[in-house]
Amino acid sequence: MSGPDASRELIAAASPQHPSLLDPTHQMDALFGVVNIPNVIWIDEDGVIVRPPEPGWPSGETPFPDDMFASIPAMGSAPTAPKPAADGPGQWDVLRSGQTRGDYADAIRDWVAHGAASRFALTPDEVIARSEPRSNDASRGAAHFELANRLWADDRAAAIEHFNACHRLQPDNWTYKRQAWSLLGRETVGGKYGQFAQAPLAGEEADWPFASDFGSDVVTTEVGGYYPSTL
Amino acid sequence: MIVDTLDMTADEFAAGTGWQIKPEGACKGEVCVPLGGSTFDTRVTAERLGMAIVEHDGMWAIGPESIGDRALTTAEAPDLVLGDIDGKEFALSSLRGQKVVIVSWAPY
Repeated sequence: MSGPDASRELIAAASPQHPSLLDPTHQMDALFGVVNIPNVIWIDEDGVIVRPPEPGWPSGETPFPDDMFASIPAMGSAPTAPKPAADGPGQWDVLRSGQTRGDYADAIRDWVAHGAASRFALTPDEVIARSEPRSNDASRGAAHFELANRLWADDRAAAIEHFNACHRLQPDNWTYKRQAWSLLGRETVGGKYGQFAQAPLAGEEADWPFASDFGSDVVTTEVGGYYPSTL
Repeated sequence: MIVDTLDMTADEFAAGTGWQIKPEGACKGEVCVPLGGSTFDTRVTAERLGMAIVEHDGMWAIGPESIGDRALTTAEAPDLVLGDIDGKEFALSSLRGQKVVIVSWAPY
């Protein structure tokens, strides 16, 4: 599911000098409000957050493996997924909009050089105000999400109910959705990239147990809304 | 967090949620929420902190706090402790004194 083996090869390939940690119970969501990836948090020397979770990348380039897209078969849409507008954005229009990827590393460098004087370092009140909205529905969604993950292996029907509940309760939480969709994709497509097949296979839409799918939700997200611009 | 009973101690609640139970109430960073009672009660504390509780077949999932309408109630970083690829625990607090950038990513 989300154990060490899912990430081990990627971490080994990067050979990082920093700690690489696993978060199977999604502490980053509960403690910081992370709802999508990649998300970055800045914390100063005194243990004070100076930027709450936001989209961030090491550079403006996001290369995909050469064989990745060819290995994913034709996908359909969830029967109950929102229908895109005829003149609406394409998937990549949404995914590549919002936060400017190439600027993020320089923002970090500015903070490293200037500390609290950096224009990117936020005050505590700004950090709190900019963190993810959290209603009681969102708290309930988090509880359902934890149960869904716990039950996935042993009680699939119950897990799917809990996943659908958390998707309804916090529809802006991409982590909840992509976790559920990728768990099925690993099974229905499998292979090295099965987890990226986050929709029903073409022709198997009736078997899809979730309310929506990645492609449908992305193209019905406003341009700039998937990775909001925060710098 | 998921527990098999709501009958837990204040210390167990603190370990799972990051909210310390003090005479002035449930506290995280500089924020304290009055609890109004002398004996720790999970349901009462969860309700005061806006933590939803969902039960399934004897498992109780307690959601994170929802007070002040934002995920963060304080800018003080929480006591994050996660395991590395080999299962060894790593505490965010061990990096105190350095600037820290945490990157959340997923293998999909």
